[in-house]
Amino acid sequence: MAFAAFATGTAKEQAPRRKSRIALLLLLPGILYMMLFFLVPLVSLVMTSLQAPVEFGDIGEYETAFRWENYVVAISTYGEHILRSFGYALMATIFALLFSYPLAYFIGVKARPWPLLQKLMLVMVIAPFFISFLLRTLAWKSLLSDEGFLVSSLKALSLMAPDAHFTGTGAAVVFGLTYNFIPFMTLPLYANLERLDTRLVEAGGDLYARPATTFFKVTVPLSMPGIVSGVLLTFIPAAGDYINASPQFLGGPSTAMIGNVIESNFLVTNNYPAAASLSIILMAVILVMVVVYIKRSGTEDLL
Amino acid sequence: MATGSFATSGADLELVGIQKRFPGFTAIEHLDLVIPAGSFFALLGPSGCGKTTTLRLVAGLEDPTRGSILIGGEDVTHRKPFQRPVNTVFQSYALFPHMTVLENVAFGLRRRKMAKPLELAQEALELVELEHLASRKPTQLSGGQQQRVALARAVVNRPALLLLDEPLGALDLKLRRQMQLELKSIQEEVGLTFLHVTHDQEEAMTMADTVAVMNKGRIEQLGAPEDLYELPHTAFVANFLGQSNLFTGPVLEATSHAIAVEVAGTRVLVPKARARKHSGEVTVGIRPEKLRLLTEAPPTTAGVNTLGPGTVTDVSFSGVSTQYQVDVPGADSVTVFAQNLDFGPVVTPGTEVWVSWKVDHGFGLEDSASEEAKFAPELDTATIAVQAKRDLAAELEVS
Repeated sequence: MAFAAFATGTAKEQAPRRKSRIALLLLLPGILYMMLFFLVPLVSLVMTSLQAPVEFGDIGEYETAFRWENYVVAISTYGEHILRSFGYALMATIFALLFSYPLAYFIGVKARPWPLLQKLMLVMVIAPFFISFLLRTLAWKSLLSDEGFLVSSLKALSLMAPDAHFTGTGAAVVFGLTYNFIPFMTLPLYANLERLDTRLVEAGGDLYARPATTFFKVTVPLSMPGIVSGVLLTFIPAAGDYINASPQFLGGPSTAMIGNVIESNFLVTNNYPAAASLSIILMAVILVMVVVYIKRSGTEDLL
Repeated sequence: MATGSFATSGADLELVGIQKRFPGFTAIEHLDLVIPAGSFFALLGPSGCGKTTTLRLVAGLEDPTRGSILIGGEDVTHRKPFQRPVNTVFQSYALFPHMTVLENVAFGLRRRKMAKPLELAQEALELVELEHLASRKPTQLSGGQQQRVALARAVVNRPALLLLDEPLGALDLKLRRQMQLELKSIQEEVGLTFLHVTHDQEEAMTMADTVAVMNKGRIEQLGAPEDLYELPHTAFVANFLGQSNLFTGPVLEATSHAIAVEVAGTRVLVPKARARKHSGEVTVGIRPEKLRLLTEAPPTTAGVNTLGPGTVTDVSFSGVSTQYQVDVPGADSVTVFAQNLDFGPVVTPGTEVWVSWKVDHGFGLEDSASEEAKFAPELDTATIAVQAKRDLAAELEVS
């Protein structure tokens, strides 16, 4: 529900008309912070994305220019990676939603008579955060590796071909993304479902709706703000993630996502304009998708 | 549940040996009840008496610990709510906030695959005079309007049995009267069976054909409103349904048609047919409006009981009538309602008076007024109203 705090309308109506110096003063640190750490880097990123290489210069030497072709080159070279990123992120978001909704429903609705169980389960959802993201992903890598118990058992049972792998495949990357972002889906869903008025569910049953119909006609629409928050909190970071898809973790050479491409352009090949333009493209695409998504799901209040 | 068609008539509701226990307390001890098809039945009782639980059992929202529920002769005890030919007007309205008013009303019709659900829903909204708000969301309506939408949403399905959980609580007096008439006419027109749960004795008495007074998970008495009022069987009913003056004393003598009870040193006669107990300690009662206030000791007349002398302690004028509190030594405080036929109050506090009533108006209870104290007397209607007023006053003071 991180977005609900920005609910529009009421705040505008209630704002005092008189311009208050104190309010400006209180806003100042925030404004300065945003200028320094958001606006300046953003402008610098846009400028970098338009740079041109210095003629006869070293690798990684660029000068200010307006080379918009950088974007065309980025899209034509890395179009496949961009599509793959959004495909993986979409799949991970869907799996996380399918996994989190029943979990959040159980904690937030079914477990209401047992507050202790509710708290315990919430702790279990949050507990993985106490361990580093990298460490957890590495742990999965060794669990899912060819020498690991799981894969070797499956191979022994002939459920997997002897020369097949799990790590390094797209499935492993989607699995990793799903696993890592499940708490971001579960928590907003829980926050929403915890306030679900079960009397409305009862009313659905009273009005001849089967439990499944009541779920899709009443419960799901009522929990839409939670679903939207969870989907955004999962999809946005998952689309830009470069840990899971990295060959050092769960990915392989054929699973590179846009994050990995940006990383290698920035840090390996020193092609700063390409990396910057990819970053801008990623941001723009996410922004457009989020706006369309929020409009379509009828929760404009979140914007 | 049949789809595509309405119930053509109301159905009998039968509760057989119902018991409902929740962890820690028993909501309903033992309930046997038959509500004939087409009747308007009210369950009346203080909060916590088990009336809402009864309603939820019938709707299928709770399972009985023991006993069975039959609707139209069919055992529905183990059916899910959506399979029962029942609709409920919830106390909390339970309107779907994400749907328009019209879609709320059409919800049940759509589930039953009725033809033209939106037109039927629109008609139902016209019935509750809200057709102009059809496209609003429920949160944009006032409490009273929401309640009428809830009513329309249930009535539109023409259920064989309509359950009403304090349905008119949030309406103002005028609208309430109007809705009472509306409900009554819908009920008579279609012949549906209505089960109405309320703590408002006036609402129960004006609307229902049959009233059951519930207390502590049991039905204390059941009957037509007039009968319940004229001849209550227990102290709880005598005090919950209207007011009563109750006197307890030993039976001095019993003749073939009356018993004599000693109250404050006086013989008080009660017709035998109107008394539940004929020996030992008996509590007799008389309604305040049946009492006459006399400023002189009346001559002893056959067929009239007299108590007194007592002292008037309080006089309150309420327009139509005046209420007197008379302190009769040995018989507690006696309440007298006198209609202001000619003019207002005739006596002032401190005056010595006598009260008298026709023997035929008295009634004898099966339990005693002192036992009545155990029935959580703080929960009678008058006290609930006083408490609500106090709460409101406190709230206003705070803000």
